[in-house]
Amino acid sequence: MQGLPPDIWQPVRLTVELAAITTLILLLLGTPIAWWLARSKVWWKEAVATLVAMPLVLPPTVLGFYLLVVLGPNGPGGAIAGLWGARTLAFTFEGLVIGSVVYSMPFVVQPIRNAFAAIGDRPLEVAATLRASPARAFWTVAVPLARPGFLTGAVLGFAHTVGEFGVVLMIGGNIPGSTKVLSVAIYDYVETSQWREANILAAGMVVFAFAVILSMTLIEKRVARGGA
Amino acid sequence: MTGAAPKTIEAAFRGMLGGFRLDAAFTVPALGVTALFGPSGCGKTTILRCIAGLQRLADGFCAVDGDVWQDRTSFRRPHERAIGYVFQEASLFPHLSVRGNLLYGAPRDPRVAGAGTIAFDEVLDLLGLEQLLDRSPHNLSGGERQRVAVGRALLSQPKLLLMDEPLSALDRLTKDEILPFLERLHERLALPVIYVTHDTTELERLADHLILLQAGAVAAAGPLNRLQSDPALPLATARDAAVSFDATAESYDPTYGILTMRIEGGRLLIPASDLAAGERRRIRIAASDVSLTLEPPKASSILNILPARILSRTPTGQNEVIVVLTLTADGAGPRLLARITRRSWEQLKLAEGMPVFAQVKGVSLARK
Repeated sequence: MQGLPPDIWQPVRLTVELAAITTLILLLLGTPIAWWLARSKVWWKEAVATLVAMPLVLPPTVLGFYLLVVLGPNGPGGAIAGLWGARTLAFTFEGLVIGSVVYSMPFVVQPIRNAFAAIGDRPLEVAATLRASPARAFWTVAVPLARPGFLTGAVLGFAHTVGEFGVVLMIGGNIPGSTKVLSVAIYDYVETSQWREANILAAGMVVFAFAVILSMTLIEKRVARGGA
Repeated sequence: MTGAAPKTIEAAFRGMLGGFRLDAAFTVPALGVTALFGPSGCGKTTILRCIAGLQRLADGFCAVDGDVWQDRTSFRRPHERAIGYVFQEASLFPHLSVRGNLLYGAPRDPRVAGAGTIAFDEVLDLLGLEQLLDRSPHNLSGGERQRVAVGRALLSQPKLLLMDEPLSALDRLTKDEILPFLERLHERLALPVIYVTHDTTELERLADHLILLQAGAVAAAGPLNRLQSDPALPLATARDAAVSFDATAESYDPTYGILTMRIEGGRLLIPASDLAAGERRRIRIAASDVSLTLEPPKASSILNILPARILSRTPTGQNEVIVVLTLTADGAGPRLLARITRRSWEQLKLAEGMPVFAQVKGVSLARK
C-alpha cells in the first residue's frame, strides 16, 4: 500500500467504533420500545411508532439541524456536557453517537417489533401456564423466537450508521479521530482531488454494502425455513 | 357434612365477552376427569381460560382445594396458579428440543420434587416419549407433539390439569392413538383434570364428571353416568346414546376368551383379552344394544342378562322410546339406557317401576 496517507484507516476505525457503539445502544434501547409497540394495546402507541420512524422520511439535514440545536451549548446537550466541563456535545464523538442512535432507530426497532408481533400470544401463554414469570417468558421464549428480528435489526442499524453522511456533517463536522467518519472522509478526499484514496474507501463501502444485503437475504431465508 | 370437606374445584364466571354472555358457575370434585361438554361457541374454552387466568372477568371466582385463585378483590396471574394447560394445538416451543420443552416448567428447585410429584421418567413411560427426547418439535407427528405437550404440562407439577380439546386438531387415527395414553393418565395419576370437548367418544372414555354447557350457562352438572341417562338432557335421546361404567376385572376364562368384570349392581361377561384381577377399565353400553324381557330367557346367545328396574321412559320420535333402568334395588346405582320400539313397550305392558331383565348385546371395553 505504497503512497497511502497513514491516516486513511483512521476514519474506518472511527466509523466501525461509532457503528458498533450505536448498534449496542440501539439494541438496549430499541428492544423495550419494540416489545411495547408489539404488545401494548394503548391507542397512542402508533403515534410513538411514527416518532421512531420519522428519520426514515426526514432529510438528514433537518434531523441534523434539530440535533444541533439540542446538542449545542444552549440545548440540553450543552447542559450535559457541562457536567465534565465541556461547552457542547455537538462536534464530539458522543454527540455523533446520540445523533446516530436517533437516525438509525427505525432500522432496529421495526424488525424487532415485527418479530415480536409474529410470535403471537400463544407461546407466551404457554410459558405462563408453565409457571414462567413475564420476565422469564420474555428472556426464554420471546427473545429466542425473535432472534431473526434482532439479527436483522443489528445488521441494518450497523450498516445504516456506517452510511450516514448528512447528519454527521451537520452535527459532527470533520474532526480527524473524533468525528471524521468514512463517508465524510470520502467527501474530503474528493474535495482535495485525492481520487485514489477516495476510490479505496468507496470500493470498500461497495463490498460492505454487498455483504450486508447478502447476509440479510440469508437471514431471511433461514427464518422462512425455521418457520416451516 | 362430617369429617374433612372433600376437595373441590369451584368456579363462577359472569360477564360479556364480545357480544357473548357468559354466566356459568359450578363446583366439581377435585378428583378424576371433569368434562366441559357442549356445542362449539358455548363458552367452554372461555371458562377454561378464566380458570387458568389467561382471561380475566371482573365478576369471577375460582378456588381449587380451598385455595382462592380469583375473587372480587384478588387475581392470581396465570404463572402464579398451579395449573397445567394443554392447548388445542400442541404449541411446543420451536426453539427447544422435546427434552427442553418437557423440562421448561419443571421446578428447578430439587426440594419441590419430593413426594407426590410427577417424575420425569414416569411421564416418559406414561406417554411413550423416550425415543423423542432429543428430537426437535419440527420433526414430530401431530400426535407426538400433543403427547409432549401433555407431558410438559404434567411436569410443571400442577394441582389441576386443564385440557382444551386436546384431540380436536388431530385426525381420527391419531386420536385413537392418543386416547389410550390419556386413559392411562387418568388411571395412574391422582390429578384432577378439566377436559373441554364436544366429542362424545372422548366424553364416554375419559370423563367421570360432566358439566353440560349451553350458550354460556351450565345446563346440567353431575356424574357422567347420571347425565348420560337423564332423559331431560340431549345425551340420552341422541341417536348414539350410551352409558359409561367403571368396571373392575374379576376373572378371566381363557378357554373361551371371556373376561368377567364387576360393575356396581352386576357382572358383565366380555369377550376380551386377559386382564389382571382388580384392573379397572371404562366400558360403554349403547342404548341400541340393550333390549328388555319380562322373564329371563332359558337359552340365549346373549352373554349378559341383568336384572333391572324401569325408572322412566321417554318417547323419541314417533315409534321409539328410551327407557332408563337401574341395576340396584334402591335405584341409587348406575343407570342403563335401552332404546326399544313403542310397539314392544305397549305389547310387553311395560311401566315405570316394573322389574325387567336387560339383555345387553354389546359391551365395548376401552382397550390399551
